[in-house]
Amino acid sequence: MSTTTAPEREAAAPPPAGLRPDWRALTTHPTAGPLAALVVACLFFTLQNDQFLSGGNLSLVVQQVMVVGTLALGQTLIILTAGIDLSCGAVMAFGTIVMAKLAADGTLPPYAAIAAGIGVCALFGLANGALVTYIKLPPFIVTLGMLNIAFALTHIYSAEQTITDLPGPLTALGQTFPLGRTDITYGSVLTIVLFLVLAYALSQTAWGKHTYALGNSPDVARLTGIRTTRLRLGIYTLAGLIYGIAALLLVSRTGVGDPKAGQTDNLDAITAVVIGGTSLFGGRGVVIGTLVGALLVGVFRNGLQLMGVGSIYQTLITGGLVILAVTVDQFSRRKASR
Amino acid sequence: MTPTPVLKARGLVKRYGHVTALDGADFDLMPGEVLAVIGDNGAGKSSLIKALTGALQPDEGTIELDGQPVRFRGPLDARRLGIETVYQDLAVAASLDIASNMFLGREVRRPGVLGSVFRMLDKKRMREESAANMADLKIGLRSLTQAVETLSGGQRQGVAVARAVAWARHVVVMDEPTAALGVKESGQVLDMIKRVRDRGLPVVLISHNMPHVFELADRIHVQRLGRRVAQIRPQDHTMAEVVAIMTGALTVDETGDTVIADSQAAKAAGVQAH
Repeated sequence: MSTTTAPEREAAAPPPAGLRPDWRALTTHPTAGPLAALVVACLFFTLQNDQFLSGGNLSLVVQQVMVVGTLALGQTLIILTAGIDLSCGAVMAFGTIVMAKLAADGTLPPYAAIAAGIGVCALFGLANGALVTYIKLPPFIVTLGMLNIAFALTHIYSAEQTITDLPGPLTALGQTFPLGRTDITYGSVLTIVLFLVLAYALSQTAWGKHTYALGNSPDVARLTGIRTTRLRLGIYTLAGLIYGIAALLLVSRTGVGDPKAGQTDNLDAITAVVIGGTSLFGGRGVVIGTLVGALLVGVFRNGLQLMGVGSIYQTLITGGLVILAVTVDQFSRRKASR
Repeated sequence: MTPTPVLKARGLVKRYGHVTALDGADFDLMPGEVLAVIGDNGAGKSSLIKALTGALQPDEGTIELDGQPVRFRGPLDARRLGIETVYQDLAVAASLDIASNMFLGREVRRPGVLGSVFRMLDKKRMREESAANMADLKIGLRSLTQAVETLSGGQRQGVAVARAVAWARHVVVMDEPTAALGVKESGQVLDMIKRVRDRGLPVVLISHNMPHVFELADRIHVQRLGRRVAQIRPQDHTMAEVVAIMTGALTVDETGDTVIADSQAAKAAGVQAH
């Protein structure tokens, strides 16, 4: 590492502080590893099965990844603040039931039902955030409790019934449009747009800088004048809102409100975030990494399926990927804080 | 006629239950000087500094900035009035780059629609201004887009000092800026503090390190048992005498002469009155 000798050299003859971007940072960029893994995985599965690269199959991968990817986007925000959200899948499931039931019953017009479902998810996020910021409870415990509450409410409110015959607006995002030889769902486009918006907000705005600073150290953030309470509360609420959008995507993809859907999606979302290179210790990571992480998990599952590998082995491999990703994070952190 | 102190406090009192951290403490910082604040653990040093930077609200007493009475409800109030603090361990956000740290909490947005509607940061301008600030203090760095966690301890402290200096209009307060650093890195930070003083900005330096205090300070404020017991010039006293004042073996009278307060302790410390 050249950084070990750099201070001596600079002390002797301080050069003017450079304005050029540090290109070597690219190789240490947190998304570099997962992106390389994604490319290698795609190459590998293409060689194994010529179906893999077909437009239809790739479209399927994206559709499968869409819901978990969107959940993982909200999860990334919370993990960036050194928190964790175990409730994301259950909150999303409750959101799907709220919007599906209100719309199917005709209690609310379809668009109002969608707004109500998303709003309920945002309220769950707000509640998580309030408990973490004001009562200073650990996010793990708060969201574990909220996971159970949302899970129970989902089953109570739906009376264990799958809700069918949903009006058009609820499934509109599941419709496709052709792009070349591939059919793309509107929902996939929405997911990509959400990722781009948040990637922009995190990298180009003061809010993004403050979010990273909060994740690095809440005390440093507070002493530099950042209103940390409001910031954290906003991040949890925004994450909830994003889970609400994931709920709409789930409804549009399946066409029904299923109280059993999304049960393990919280862990899949955390998996995508971690594989995407975001540190569980907070303050490090990018949302595009999460998108790559979600795609990587999706590609593995799809590719292994095409190869005829059983789903339980897919889970086994995903587990290995998570541990590998966290190990890489640990090593890079140790190197950084050396 | 003596100039108006930049920062002045009279009769500061702060009690925590039965513990009195500040017991009528006075404080004077004169224009352009480096004032060292020293004191034993529990002397009320950090309470005094917190009161002067808005991190705590005293129960009694007054604070004046440039002769005007001020009241700080929080650290932000003090900052708005141009008092910047470099906190010992809480200086920088590790994963952010240098320019982002320099402007943390005070980011500059792009002009026009990009800034107002899209809230886009003016990274180029922040990098340029950071570069200018770092160059002023002769802090050499390869790139301002480096995360500060990749820097050495001295360079990190340099970023914190440069930020404080860049924003301070009145006072820079540094809490143990060299405590966590090695000899060479301490030297770099001391040089930086001298350059800050050379720009005419007064510095309050809290330090346990007597050689550093003697190297830098124009005056020394000795805090003991919650109040200021002496204001001395380093050239008038030896380090041993200053330590003796700090521990109560010696006191200083009106004319600046030292008086033995505790003859046994003074004897043990090997100091005499003069």
